[in-house]
Amino acid sequence: MYYSFSELVSPLLFYLFAFITLAAALLVVLARNIFHCALFLILSLFGVAALFITLDAEFIAAVQVLVYIGAIAVLIVFAIMLTGRIADPLVRQTTRAYILGAFVGALILFVLIYALMSITPLSPYTPETTANGSPTYTLGELLMTKYLLPFEVVSILLVAALVGAIILARGDKKASDVQEGKR
Amino acid sequence: MNLSFLPFELSWEMFLDISPTHYLVVAFVLFAIGLTGVLVRRNAVLILMSIELMLNASNIVLLAFGRSFGIAEQSAGAFVVFIITVAAAEAIVGLALIIACYRRRQDVNADKFNLMRW
Repeated sequence: MYYSFSELVSPLLFYLFAFITLAAALLVVLARNIFHCALFLILSLFGVAALFITLDAEFIAAVQVLVYIGAIAVLIVFAIMLTGRIADPLVRQTTRAYILGAFVGALILFVLIYALMSITPLSPYTPETTANGSPTYTLGELLMTKYLLPFEVVSILLVAALVGAIILARGDKKASDVQEGKR
Repeated sequence: MNLSFLPFELSWEMFLDISPTHYLVVAFVLFAIGLTGVLVRRNAVLILMSIELMLNASNIVLLAFGRSFGIAEQSAGAFVVFIITVAAAEAIVGLALIIACYRRRQDVNADKFNLMRW
C-alpha cells in the first residue's frame, strides 16, 4: 500500500512531537542541573501542546501553553530561584534508591503496555472534513451548560488555592520581623 | 527475524495509520518517566515537576479517546480543562509549601522532611 505525501506528513509530525515530548521528559528526570530540568519541562509541555493540536484540540493546546508554560513553568522557575542553593549542580539530586525507582517505573510501563496489547486493536482515526461547528465552540457550550457546576467548583478551588498559597508563602510574620531586625 | 511472539502482525499501516493506541503508548511512557522522576529525585521541586508530567500523560489519554468519538463530542476536552486547572492549583499550593519549608529548614530535600514520621 502506497501513501501520498500528505498522508505521510501527519504521522511523521506525530512521531516528531512524541519524540520531542518524551526526550525532554527524560531529560527532566535525568538532567543534573535543576534549572535545565525546568527548561526541559517547558519543552516537554510544548510537545504535549503540539500533540493536542494533532488531536484537533486547538483550544486545549492554547490553554496548555497559557496555563502550563505561562504560569506553572514560570512559578517553578521562581521556586527554583527562591530556594537558593538547590540550583547548584554540585548538590546531589537523586535518592540512593534510584535503581529501585527506575525499576518500578519500568515495571509500571511494562504492565501498561501489556494491558494495551491484550485488548483488541483500536481503530485508527477517521479524518473529518465536514464538522458541524468548531470543537472550541462545542467545548465552550459544554462548559456553560452540562459542566457548569464543575466549572464553578473549579473556580472556587483555584481561588482557595491562591489564598492558601499566599498565606503559606508569606510565612511567619514574627520570623520575618526578626530577620529584618537583624539586618 | 522471527517476530511471531508478538500478539499482532507488523506492517507499515500500523505505524502510518495513527490510532488512539499510538497516543496511549506516548502517554504511558510519559507517565512512567514522571513516576520514575517522583521516585528517584529527592528535590521537592523536581518531584512536583515530575507530577506535572504524569498529569500531562493523563490529559493525552483523555484527548486520544475523546478524539475517536469525533470532534463534535468535546466532553474529554472539558475534563482536560478541569484537570489543567486543578494541576495549576496543586502546583501553586505545592510550591508555596516548598518555599515555606525552605524558609524553616533551608533545604528542599524531600528525604529530610521527616518531622511527622513515627
